[in-house]
Amino acid sequence: MTTLTTPPPSKERAAPPAGKRPSRLRLPARLRRVSLPYLLLLPALLLELVVHLIPMGVGIVMSFKELTQFFIRDWGAAPWTGLDNYKLSVDFDAPVGEALLHSFFVTVAFTVLSVGLCWLIGTAAAVFMQEHFRGRGLLRAVFLIPYALPVYAAVITWSFMFQRDTGLINHVLHDQLGLTDSRPFWLIGDNSFVALLTVSVWKGWPFAFLIVMAGLQNIPKEQYEAAAIDGAGMWQQVRRITLPSLRPVNQVLVLVLFLWTFNDFNTPYVLFGKSAPEAADLISIHIYQSSFVTWNFGTGSAMSVLLLLFLLLVTAGYLLVTSRGRKTADV
Amino acid sequence: MAAPRSFLWSRRIFLTLLAGFVLLPVYVMVSSSLKPLQDVSGSFRWMPSGFTVRPYFDIWKTVPLADYFMNSLIVAGAATVCSVVIAVFAAYAVSRYRFRGKRVFTVTVLSTQMFPGILFLLPLFLIYVNVGNATGIALFGSRAGLILTYLTFSLPFSIWMLIGYFDSVPRELDEAALVDGCGPLRALFRVVVPAAIPGIVAVAVYAFMTAWGEVLFASVMTNDTTRTLAVGLQGYATQNDVYWNQVMAASLVVSIPVVAGFLLLQRYLVAGLTAGAVK
Repeated sequence: MTTLTTPPPSKERAAPPAGKRPSRLRLPARLRRVSLPYLLLLPALLLELVVHLIPMGVGIVMSFKELTQFFIRDWGAAPWTGLDNYKLSVDFDAPVGEALLHSFFVTVAFTVLSVGLCWLIGTAAAVFMQEHFRGRGLLRAVFLIPYALPVYAAVITWSFMFQRDTGLINHVLHDQLGLTDSRPFWLIGDNSFVALLTVSVWKGWPFAFLIVMAGLQNIPKEQYEAAAIDGAGMWQQVRRITLPSLRPVNQVLVLVLFLWTFNDFNTPYVLFGKSAPEAADLISIHIYQSSFVTWNFGTGSAMSVLLLLFLLLVTAGYLLVTSRGRKTADV
Repeated sequence: MAAPRSFLWSRRIFLTLLAGFVLLPVYVMVSSSLKPLQDVSGSFRWMPSGFTVRPYFDIWKTVPLADYFMNSLIVAGAATVCSVVIAVFAAYAVSRYRFRGKRVFTVTVLSTQMFPGILFLLPLFLIYVNVGNATGIALFGSRAGLILTYLTFSLPFSIWMLIGYFDSVPRELDEAALVDGCGPLRALFRVVVPAAIPGIVAVAVYAFMTAWGEVLFASVMTNDTTRTLAVGLQGYATQNDVYWNQVMAASLVVSIPVVAGFLLLQRYLVAGLTAGAVK
């Protein structure tokens, strides 16, 4: 670091008065100016290349190979299979494809519900906390706890709460409120979807809250004052000023929440382990299982590539629709 | 602006319920970590029958928690420092210079955000294994491999946020420094960086939290000696006898550094998000 912070024995400053030519070893000033931004970007570029772009290329190559555990030490030697891995993944009548399709639908339903709820709760909390009241600062700190807690610590606590015999959820539902006849299972069977959704919303809404709160700060106070003079009530102000002003913020927020939720691995993995119950079999866990548990990396890669294509399509479509919407709104 | 009663009541009810929802696991974590084992092995109790701090001593013996702690600290700390420095350089270039390929760079970096982690996991796993076989450099299973991986997780978001933050620092400031004869790097570290401290702190907090909480790569790419907390903590929960009081105590202990740091620095984070993300 020190070599970078201490200025190079400042060549500009030591430069001889105009007219004299600089020493030959130095790059011409123009070239230096042109190359400087690239030099500054170089570390970031190299890292992105090593950890994201090259592996992505490798992943695409892998998806065309029959890559089982026998070829892990030398994956280049694995035989080519053409589109077999893809055919296997999208053959929805066969077990592999059927399971993938099921997991895709589970993920879509889970993502839509989770993003919707996170957005709703986050926005409501931010709007309600726009104005000062006693205890607001404390409450804001409390609301950020789920965001700050490490995923695994939070999810392990939830998994304790969802335990059939020792958990808080069944204690309240069955012992205290008598809402259920027996103690239901939450981490296996159909209820696991509800458990996963609850944890995901608990963990995810504070991010929406943070972003919306930041967005609210950009709305000029005068707008509210003008509306108040015109006789608009609190609820009307929320509907007519706050929500429309948040549109650009929301467009980014929803996209980011969507991508994070759709790709979430940590929550289901800590909650259920290496194989999730069918009702909560999110796609990232499903691919993980296809690759690392059944040791078929080729099929796992093909599934990953398909997932990426889907996300690219959705994102491109979303950006197209929202940017067009924004343009017409401006007119 | 007088708020009507309906608004005040909705606010009160909503925020109370929400605070309850948020704090419920926190209550369970704290209270269960102070209960004797028989209290957590039977039906849940709101009030413990006894009070004990034993779990806080036992957690270090049941699993080598101190080692995991150290691994997490080294990995997350190194990843944070490196990614902040690299993001500062990159964001400075994008914010202050016009050059060919600028748009391609920002779009590429940002779009890696959307890629599923699982897409990189399989190839990286194979690449690290192969690099190890070919050169003897142990990336797979080592802290270095994990640091390298985590670096790039926080990098796109950090660059994105810092570009916004640097843009909000008046250009005249560093231009004046350049005119005064500073080199570009000197202008960056003497003028732009000090003015953008809130954004840089926000980015550092984010990078640290990302690395501290990551599970997927940590569970595949670590071995017995390099295991981080993310993997180590599952050691309590998958055994036949689950010592839930110890699990909760350990969860609390590993959460304290990040939660304390986060709550201390949250103002910076909000300020950083305002400048960087919300545009």
